[in-house]
Amino acid sequence: MCDQRKKCLTIESLNSSVKNVHYAVRGQIFIRAAELEKDIKRGEKHPFERVIRANLGDCHATGQKPITFWRQVMAICVYPKLLESNEFEKDSKERAMDLLSACRGKSIGSYTDSVGLEIVRIHVAEYIKKRDGGISCDPDNVFLTSGATGGIKIMLKMLLNGPNETPAGFMIPIPQYPLYSATISEYNAEKIGYYLDEDNNWSLSIEELERSYQESLKRCQPKAICIINPGNPTGQVLSLENMQQIVKWAYDKRLFILADEVYQDNVYAEGMKFHSFKKVAAELGYPYSQIEIASFYSTSKGFMGECGARAGYFEVVNMDEDVKAELKKLSSAQLCSSVLGQVCMDTIVNPPKPGEPSYELFMKEKQGVLSSLKEKAQLVTELLNKIDGIKCNPVQGAMYAFPQITIPPKAIQHAKENGMEPDMFYCLELINQTGICVVPGSGFHQRPGTYHFRTTILPPTDQIKSLLSKFEKFHVSFLKEWS
Amino acid sequence: MMYKANGNHCLTINSLSSTVKNVQYAVRGKVVIRAAELEKELKNGVSKPFERVIRANIGDCHATGQKPITFLRQVMAICAYPDLLEISDFPQDAKEKAKELLNACGGGSVGAYTDSAGLDIVRKHIAEFIKNRDAGISCDPDNIFLTTGASGGIKIMMEMLLNGPNETPAGFMIPIPQYPLYSATISEYNAEKIGYYLDEDNNWSLSIEELERSYQESLKRCQPKAICIINPGNPTGQVLSLENMQQIVKWAYDKRLFILADEVYQDNVYAEGMKFHSFKKVAAELGYPYSQIEIASFYSTSKGFMGECGARAGYFEVVNMDEDVKAELKKLSSAQLCSSVLGQVCMDTIVSPPKPGEPSYELFIKEKQGVLNSLKEKAQLVTELLNKIEGVKCNPVQGAMYAFPQITIPPKAIQHAKENGMEPDMFYCLELINQTGICVVPGSGFHQRPGTYHFRTTILPPTDQIKSLLSKFEKFHVRFLKEWS
Repeated sequence: MCDQRKKCLTIESLNSSVKNVHYAVRGQIFIRAAELEKDIKRGEKHPFERVIRANLGDCHATGQKPITFWRQVMAICVYPKLLESNEFEKDSKERAMDLLSACRGKSIGSYTDSVGLEIVRIHVAEYIKKRDGGISCDPDNVFLTSGATGGIKIMLKMLLNGPNETPAGFMIPIPQYPLYSATISEYNAEKIGYYLDEDNNWSLSIEELERSYQESLKRCQPKAICIINPGNPTGQVLSLENMQQIVKWAYDKRLFILADEVYQDNVYAEGMKFHSFKKVAAELGYPYSQIEIASFYSTSKGFMGECGARAGYFEVVNMDEDVKAELKKLSSAQLCSSVLGQVCMDTIVNPPKPGEPSYELFMKEKQGVLSSLKEKAQLVTELLNKIDGIKCNPVQGAMYAFPQITIPPKAIQHAKENGMEPDMFYCLELINQTGICVVPGSGFHQRPGTYHFRTTILPPTDQIKSLLSKFEKFHVSFLKEWS
Repeated sequence: MMYKANGNHCLTINSLSSTVKNVQYAVRGKVVIRAAELEKELKNGVSKPFERVIRANIGDCHATGQKPITFLRQVMAICAYPDLLEISDFPQDAKEKAKELLNACGGGSVGAYTDSAGLDIVRKHIAEFIKNRDAGISCDPDNIFLTTGASGGIKIMMEMLLNGPNETPAGFMIPIPQYPLYSATISEYNAEKIGYYLDEDNNWSLSIEELERSYQESLKRCQPKAICIINPGNPTGQVLSLENMQQIVKWAYDKRLFILADEVYQDNVYAEGMKFHSFKKVAAELGYPYSQIEIASFYSTSKGFMGECGARAGYFEVVNMDEDVKAELKKLSSAQLCSSVLGQVCMDTIVSPPKPGEPSYELFIKEKQGVLNSLKEKAQLVTELLNKIEGVKCNPVQGAMYAFPQITIPPKAIQHAKENGMEPDMFYCLELINQTGICVVPGSGFHQRPGTYHFRTTILPPTDQIKSLLSKFEKFHVRFLKEWS
């Protein structure tokens, strides 16, 4: 083959907005993990037998079992002849029939309305109403999406300013789940980072919100505040008082609240409770009850762990009707989200009821998962805090621990000389020496001068103990090597 | 506890970005909204001059009664509920395929995320499928990306081709008429559309003169980056000839354009003597230097003989992509994690179907041929019946799933429409649905030569319904012409 002329799409010609996108959860460490797994498969020797993936909130990948009721309903929807089988419960069959009847041609192969099947949205609205102590919810305010991710991306897009205007600014927590920073980069908008208070269990301080807001005014127009509760990576559950302060402050600043509430089922700490921002705002009464909110939920977390379904919803609260019409129009070009994903969502928001054949097994499985997560949250917090040079806030909710680590100055120096963040260097050493795959805190952002990493709490309990024991040995030897 | 918004919103239609407001997607536009209203009214017992709404607006096969492929659904069901390996009497090959796919999933579950590009095994099977289709031209699984429908792939590739915020806007050549995802996405991305008219008098072919004209015109307002080509065509239904494709590749190569080849209807070729050729194969067979042209080819589970629109599953293959750019593409996809795992399973059964001798093979072939024969029959029937109607002229439906007839609209009706702030064919289609319940999409939604009017109808309803539909349509058209003469 002769000399090739330069391609028309090269790294130089690639749009800078794309180049600025970073998603640490599937970043450098993750790529290294895949390389190591391939090495081990080929029989290459490493100081460990296998890679332990503690980088991603993926429950089934670490052995969690799916909820039987949902999988039965899904199977019947896929293959309706199973309605004649004796192997499925009556309520699974009835539920599948209801959902199939709602599909055009009675097939999950048909497109649905862009906002999602009406029957599912009605059930989502009932679920929300019940969750929030009776505050009404209109199904017309519910949108079914490709994971919560799909909803978050579309709402961020709706809040952008036009091409020749001051860029829109989005307040995001530091540390945050990097979908937010990645999408803001992609959309060429402005990030307004507000530090969570590590010394006060990762709470939101109004002083800090005000500081970051004021600083941003010279470079953008703040349009929204993104809040993740329960927190990712930080694992805190916000107190009611803190939430009330936030709502009042955001209302005064005319900010739209983007409430990432995907971990609302994952609350473990005694005395802590999930409150939706919708409920908090409503109960504050006028004028705060008028604040505009979008709340995101997903089938990927909770007790379901159906990440592969790519199913989520968001509820808009107090949205202008004309804007809602534009939102529906914007969603329509992508047609609709996965119909089986919508079916999955339905079984989650409208689960078996007492007395129904699937109820007991359903409750057993649900409680089993949640108890196990609670146990693991406590265990991980405890074991991490026992290690010298490691300090971890309690994992009150969600699926992660975000411990702070002390990295010796020599290691920091070495990392910088090699063009990497010190905690990236730490995590690469960790995976190369032990096979443990976690995500460096720099991927989520953190207070300058502090270093963290995010690990999930998902591996089975016995593996957690062994994992943390390996980790401790590594940490001790790392400190020694770099002192 | 209810609270009411008092109109003091921070997000209003005025504060909404113009790029969002400029997005239009006619396939689910005004006429479709009207269809939903009419369906509700009929359900509530309101009397109408018709019994039901006939939705011929969207390429959704199952919605009009097409049956799913049994093997595909058996494999998906087992993957959803692996107990079926023991408790069902599904054929052995369906069970083997499901086991293979489950083993590839984290924790053996379709509930686990996959790699962002999709399951390795599915991408391998796709690469083999492509190689077989293209007479042995090799395909690297690393060039395959599994996406949320073809739509997901098209959006990400267009994003990759944008210019930076302070640069000349990127321009995308798009056919007129085109499937409006392209124009909608270009608006959304604040890029520039470069429309090239398809030649209606020559069976919707691409004339190089026209490509050149539109390209030259665009240079003052943007930097042309890519040419989008839909083959077989949507809404136009043509299948490009090999010669036409060779001309296009050579021209695009000279202009340094990336080819975005929407090939989702590659299984839907009906006309005698016509054949699907992939742009990849055409370019490869032209040899150096044209074989170096950069291409992305899109495919979906929604069309073909499968019609699994609800799976939201697709793939795209990149050809001759710079390796560093590919790494950026992988990075960009990673933030959305992955596409639906059962969708990936669905794709696998399509590209790696039962083989002769396997238990499911006979039924599979019977079902596949049944669907394709039926579509072929309907394509011919619709073309024929539309061309019998005075004032309606339709190019042959050689492929895909739509007819795009040209209609003459009387000047008085055109005037009336404009006075009411709508496109004449939008007015025509609204009259059509209000009088007959037939829901089609006005040509203005796909764009068309100024002064011409069209609409797009699918060819999907059952054959007997098509005859009745076209008979109703004919009566409406005659009446409409009379009323507005």
